[in-house]
Amino acid sequence: MQSDIFAKRKKDSLIFFSLLIVVTVGSVVITQYDVSKGFTSLLKAFIWGGSNFYPDGKSLTILPDVLRKLWDTILMSIAATTVATVFATLLALVGSRTTRMNRVFSLVARGIASLFRNIPLVAWAMVLMLAFSQSSITGYLALFLGSFGFLSRAFIETIDEVSNDSVEALSATGASYSHIIFQSVLPSSLPQMISWILFMIDTNIRDATLVGLLTGTGIGFSFDLYYKSFNFHAASLVVILIVITVILIEMVSNTIRRVIM
Amino acid sequence: MKKIEEAIIPSKPLTRESFTMWILLLVLSLLTIYALATIDYTSVDMGKAMADTLNNFKTIFFHPAAHRLSLWDAFYEVLITMGLAFLTTLFGGIIAMLLGLLAAQNLAPKQVTNIIKGFVAFIRAVPSILWVLIFAVAAGLGSVAAVIGLTFHSVSYLTKAYSESFEELDRSVIEALMASGANWWQIIFQAVIPSSVSSLLSWTFMRFEINFANAVAMGAAAGAAGIGFDLFMDSGFYFDLREIGLVTYFIIAFALVLETISTNLKSKILLKKA
Repeated sequence: MQSDIFAKRKKDSLIFFSLLIVVTVGSVVITQYDVSKGFTSLLKAFIWGGSNFYPDGKSLTILPDVLRKLWDTILMSIAATTVATVFATLLALVGSRTTRMNRVFSLVARGIASLFRNIPLVAWAMVLMLAFSQSSITGYLALFLGSFGFLSRAFIETIDEVSNDSVEALSATGASYSHIIFQSVLPSSLPQMISWILFMIDTNIRDATLVGLLTGTGIGFSFDLYYKSFNFHAASLVVILIVITVILIEMVSNTIRRVIM
Repeated sequence: MKKIEEAIIPSKPLTRESFTMWILLLVLSLLTIYALATIDYTSVDMGKAMADTLNNFKTIFFHPAAHRLSLWDAFYEVLITMGLAFLTTLFGGIIAMLLGLLAAQNLAPKQVTNIIKGFVAFIRAVPSILWVLIFAVAAGLGSVAAVIGLTFHSVSYLTKAYSESFEELDRSVIEALMASGANWWQIIFQAVIPSSVSSLLSWTFMRFEINFANAVAMGAAAGAAGIGFDLFMDSGFYFDLREIGLVTYFIIAFALVLETISTNLKSKILLKKA
């Protein structure tokens, strides 16, 4: 019997790898991906990056301007996250299996969460751009809608996981709905929810770059401006500032997570 | 009545955990109020813009139509985006497999895992669009720059996920194999990878889902092919709301399928852990 197991394992991996090769070749053909160019450009990019993509003395003059844009972007990301948190919490309470009022509302809420989550951030940004034009409100609203979708789903999962037994126990003792929510469900899911909020702020700062590129706002716009005018020293300074910001925020988030969880 | 309640239920002591949480929430709320108060409202007519946007969304979601793209074209464009996401996930997975082994604490020395973890954290801190644009300078805008640029983030995500899956293998198994004279590669291929293969595949698929969304974004922002580029053209050049609707519905349909599969996989991983 022993040999059968090995034979089966061999057959499984053979099927798996041949499928993988077929899909890979299909993808290469359909996307017109030039494999050899992929490898050569990787090398070329590193050589180019080493010789051009670093901040020089002249680029430091833009520092105050970029720092202000960066600060605006951080504020936008935080504001988008917190406002989205409020709405997402409400939706999650309706949608979660443990705290729902009835099955229909729950299904609707889950549908809304899923819909918002799967509409790409780019679509939000581009459509908002049509009416709000190039203003920081466009960027803010796009980030808000994206965060709302993501946090709703995350919160629904969190509440589902955390509060199953306690809700049953409390409703058996005759506690009212608001008591169950405020005394049990929210306090016990708060640490996990805060962890998601911190994650969202960090993601939003990175996504703000993308939204900024598309809508001409914030730090993404600064990068785009220098990048498109081939001022790569200045563009690299913007990248370095973003990296420092994201890493700092991640360190703070990790410290907070260690304390609360 | 109130008095009695207070006497029976003692006020909860403020622990360090809840203190931290409340301070954090307070700081975030204050920053939000400040941000919303100082935002520049003067450049847009808020009421009109809101109404216009609602109208736009109504057109997008209730009257989708194909003008420039036929239905088959749109489908093919989504396939291209899927292809980009697949290649990105594949390359990311291969590189992350190696780095994951070096980042797992039960398989590699502490200094090596620290270096890999620092490297991965740096990759993650650069927004993926910037990786793509930086590579676009050398490779030109297009699928090569998009795939290579997006591979970076996949490597960082999967390295973390893979190394955590590897770390679940009990130390004693590795020690037993080492005692029986197995070398490092034999341990990896006979024990570590077979025992974690199902969670490796699940994590990889979850990354594929993220990469699909990223590939859409790169199509719009970095000129990579696929449905994202159509989204960008329809809204930025043709102002064709009804076709934006069609494209959005296509993206949502594919994303929902991917989401359903990855939710199932995630609950399987959780079950295994519990």
